[in-house]
Amino acid sequence: MTSLTWTRRRASAARFWRQYRRQRAGAYGLVALALIALVALTAPLLVGGDVRSVTDAPGTALEAPSGRFPLGTDQFGRSLLGLLLWGARVSLAVGLLAAALSVAIGTLIGILAGHYGGWFATLAMRVTDWFLVMPSLVLAIVLATVMSRSVWTVVLAIGITSWPTTARLVRAQTIAVESRPYIERARALGGGHGHVMSRHVLPNVMPLVLSQTTLCISTAILTEATLAFLGLGDPTVVSWGGMLQDAREAGAVSSGHWWYLAPPGIAIAVVALAFTLCGRAIESVLNPKLGAGR
Amino acid sequence: MTTTVGSPAGAARRPGTTATAYPRYLAGRLGGAAVSLLAVLVTSFFLFRVLPGDPVKAMTRGVPTSAGQMATLRRQFGLDLPLWQQFTDYCAKALTGDLGTSYQFRAPVGELIADKLPATLLLTGVAVVLYSAVGLWLGTRSAWRHGGLGDKLNTGVALTLWSVPSFWLGLLLIIVFSVGVGPVPGLFPTGGMESGDETGPAYVLDVAHHMVLPVLTLVAVGYAQTLLVMRASLLDEMGGDYLTTARAKGLRDDLVRRRHAVPNALLPTVTMIFINLGHVAAGSILVETVFSWPGLGGLFYQALSVPDLPLVQGLFVVFAGAMIVMNLLADLLYPLLDPRVGR
Repeated sequence: MTSLTWTRRRASAARFWRQYRRQRAGAYGLVALALIALVALTAPLLVGGDVRSVTDAPGTALEAPSGRFPLGTDQFGRSLLGLLLWGARVSLAVGLLAAALSVAIGTLIGILAGHYGGWFATLAMRVTDWFLVMPSLVLAIVLATVMSRSVWTVVLAIGITSWPTTARLVRAQTIAVESRPYIERARALGGGHGHVMSRHVLPNVMPLVLSQTTLCISTAILTEATLAFLGLGDPTVVSWGGMLQDAREAGAVSSGHWWYLAPPGIAIAVVALAFTLCGRAIESVLNPKLGAGR
Repeated sequence: MTTTVGSPAGAARRPGTTATAYPRYLAGRLGGAAVSLLAVLVTSFFLFRVLPGDPVKAMTRGVPTSAGQMATLRRQFGLDLPLWQQFTDYCAKALTGDLGTSYQFRAPVGELIADKLPATLLLTGVAVVLYSAVGLWLGTRSAWRHGGLGDKLNTGVALTLWSVPSFWLGLLLIIVFSVGVGPVPGLFPTGGMESGDETGPAYVLDVAHHMVLPVLTLVAVGYAQTLLVMRASLLDEMGGDYLTTARAKGLRDDLVRRRHAVPNALLPTVTMIFINLGHVAAGSILVETVFSWPGLGGLFYQALSVPDLPLVQGLFVVFAGAMIVMNLLADLLYPLLDPRVGR
């Protein structure tokens, strides 16, 4: 029984992969993500942790790009290339964690509301709708303002404010799945609420959750950069948004130091774009009618 | 709101329901919006009074304050009263338009907001109109020739710009077009809304000159969403039999698109434009900050850096209220545009 299930799942994963590979934009996105993830994981080997040290920085302040510092230096004389590579870790980690939190909340609420229905669903969906009309960036900023400055605050602020879309999608999918005959069969054979939700509904909403997570990560990375730029991130942590804030404070704008400003923004855009492309590719594999890849 | 005789929906409907359906729908939506507004008030209260633990400590963070000063501040902001009393006071005041006193400017929050509102409305209004127009136009073109080189280029550029942080794009535009890089001279002002010494038509031109870069930033970052929704909904319509009929009648391709396909595909996009209108006030926080635009977004940033909690709270209520009102408008408009909805 189990091996049969796994054979079926493997086959369906292989089919998914075949269709995904045909989405050219999605394939580029995936390759870009693999490269960036590799850089983020090996950053300590590539540049070493002391690249962040303000006290014994190797260069002088605000050097233009040169052979020694390919992207120049910041106002403390730190190598901008080193900081950029190091910043990938925080931006990716915060993006992934916040998206995971947001999608987890959304999936849980969506499945529970779709499965149980009744007053619980009404209440849960009212809360969801209410979060949906809240300007999420403002709510995230406010949460980050009233809580202490740390990376976890940023993760929490993004996660708490961005789950409603997932909850709505998952609830709709849950209701669609539960109207199918095999769920009735599972119930007739004595399957309880937990069994139906975890064994039948969850595997069926997982593909949707996957595409939603991918799209959510790019929003989370942009929000993280925004919060850091507004000075609401952890000032001791190097992130791309934080680098942009440093650049602005160092007067990079008025003195025309575009080489200080450009790289972190490009990095943010590339990562956000890569995740968006992957998410759209997954979406159009699951739902060819969407026409994203057409 | 005429009933189309013979349509399946019309035939199934009991006679007389159409006349009463819209008012009932209206009442439902108005009630929902009122509940949402109340919920915003409740949330903002708990967000700012309960979550920070001690608001006075949060207010005076980083500033050495004696116990006596703390007690005075507490009395001044009514924080020595029991929580439920603070809450009822707060609600009663908020409903009469009194949002409290700014800690930083020592002025009523309502006045500060009313003062900055026109600048934000001007900036974001122009930006939304422009990016909706650009998004609709490019989205239509993209869908009509879907799969072609133009479509791929369009979607690619839009998605790329959408992934760019707006504040970063703004800063780059300032460097290139205001400060000037290499041979490019500074064409536009670095920030603000006016030079200060112009009147009459020259003043209008001056403001327009200041608006170019911030509007460009908002449009560049924002039009992708309209484009994608328009593209998807037009693609949905393009399989429709009525388009085949229109073509069979001998209509030119251009007319089939303009008179038949686009009006139907516009429906979801119009709703989204309204929702965007609600979003932009909050969404322009970054752009206003970067361009020192004297609007609500810039005020929000100033309030954050203190942090001036009463002002942040007031702006939070205003931003959320704008969203709710715009959602309500979209809901109310939708049945008028698409008679299948809301009956």
